[in-house]
Amino acid sequence: MNVKVIDKIATVIFYTIAIIITLILFGLLCFILVKGLSGISWDFLTKPPENLRAGGGVGPQIFNSFFLLLLTMLFTIPLGIGGGIYLAEYSKPNTITYAARLVIEVLSSLPSIVVGLFGLLIFVQKLGMGFSLFSGALVLMIFNLPLMIRITEQSLRAVPVEQKEASLAMGISHWKTITSIMLPIALPGIITGTILTAGRAFGEAAALMFTAGMSSPPLDFTNWNPLAPNSPINPFRPASTLAVHIWKINSEGLIPDAAQIAASASAVLVICVLFFNILSRWIGKLIYKKFTAA
Amino acid sequence: MVTCNNISLDQKDIAIETRDLNIYYGSKHAIKNLSMQIKKLDITAFIGPSGCGKSTYLRALNRMNDLIPITKTTGKILFDGININDKNVDLATIRQKIGMVWQKPNPFNKSIYENIVFALKYYGIRQKQILDEIVEDSLRKVALWDEVKDRLHKSALALSGGQQQRLCIARAIATKPEILLLDEPTSALDPISSGKIEELLFELKQDYTIIIVTHNMQQAGRISSYTAFFLLGDLIEYDETNVIFTNPVVDKTNDYIMGRFG
Repeated sequence: MNVKVIDKIATVIFYTIAIIITLILFGLLCFILVKGLSGISWDFLTKPPENLRAGGGVGPQIFNSFFLLLLTMLFTIPLGIGGGIYLAEYSKPNTITYAARLVIEVLSSLPSIVVGLFGLLIFVQKLGMGFSLFSGALVLMIFNLPLMIRITEQSLRAVPVEQKEASLAMGISHWKTITSIMLPIALPGIITGTILTAGRAFGEAAALMFTAGMSSPPLDFTNWNPLAPNSPINPFRPASTLAVHIWKINSEGLIPDAAQIAASASAVLVICVLFFNILSRWIGKLIYKKFTAA
Repeated sequence: MVTCNNISLDQKDIAIETRDLNIYYGSKHAIKNLSMQIKKLDITAFIGPSGCGKSTYLRALNRMNDLIPITKTTGKILFDGININDKNVDLATIRQKIGMVWQKPNPFNKSIYENIVFALKYYGIRQKQILDEIVEDSLRKVALWDEVKDRLHKSALALSGGQQQRLCIARAIATKPEILLLDEPTSALDPISSGKIEELLFELKQDYTIIIVTHNMQQAGRISSYTAFFLLGDLIEYDETNVIFTNPVVDKTNDYIMGRFG
């Protein structure tokens, strides 16, 4: 066959694949939003869920999702970036590095339910943290670290070596070169990693059922004492997130309007993820601008 | 190997000197038993075919080969009376005094202003007035000031290739080094930009010792006072540039300059 014809066929095939993927995603998104949007109201977004009657909301679950995300990021970002910097810039090709890489790879392929059970055993029971946001955040950190480390390492390795050399050749220390020259250039990649891990934190249910718990205590949004059991910002209280809540009412909900609430909660979850993506890309752009004058 | 090193300088005229320098790059012996002296406040050119070791040697002079774990450097590099090829020397101080410019312009992904003051701030200069003065002074020296003075805080990556390379030279001289190492600084540039850089180097030699690696014979002939010809890790011939280009002693030098190989 003629090279030009093959080229045409390949182009058509790739366009078709792209269109199919877009259509599937778009269809899914429309399905979730169409089924869910009708049930979304101010009450639904702010009120706590009902146990037996119809008409409850998902207010605390939305708050829990964002709060858990914040805690998870607080643990994951410093450790993940630190690990990535170590692997990209400091590790020597020896057995320790090899072992570390192996562990990270194994960790990244662990099923989330296994990580959840590990969390239940260690954080919830052995360390006595109970079903709490804290246990949940630690488990999500374990779950997300491999991705965060890998993406940071790759972003740093992708920084042109000329940039690094230019800095070192002026007598600037390795650490200063990493923080002031390399990290700003690697930032867009690291932001992508952050968004991916955040998306997983939003959507994760299996690992959280056993660690953050499947219920939320009645919250008093006027109580900001982080140690009070009914305070929303107490990290040691149980907290069901949106994703866990959706799973729970779908599988064991006793309320008559369970299906509608699950659909609406799903729509809220998708919108939250979308909102977070846009927000973090925007913040990332601002930081990048500040560091690079681009 | 026939070696003809006719340059022997008074101690006060030596900017940097190597004695019995050997550089191994993995299993490759990249520089063999090299002893040579570089004249202060003048331009010395290193020429030779690709892979002859001239760039490796250049990078050894401010210890940039340290970044490549498989290189090993033995012998002495004498600069300001100390052997800088020593584990215990402070790399920051050496690199502050021996600046470098690469083949591909590599300004930092920052503003023009930040490119120049980045190292200065790191060395502890904080007063804005002093920084501003150094920025203007450095940019004037490389004849870039008039072209960029209105956009000092815009990204350096928006400059043309030739402008970027002049900015890199400005960045290197902003820290007041004694020696400038240039690794084929014009080979990625168009002829007009190259010409500007050559003129600039000619000006700069009043204040700095310049060592330039180049593949461009005419360039070496035009701007340098001394030329060293390398081949397969050996220094073949080192003499005043007019001798190398008009009356070389070693046949290989002549063949290379005449373009018979390389």
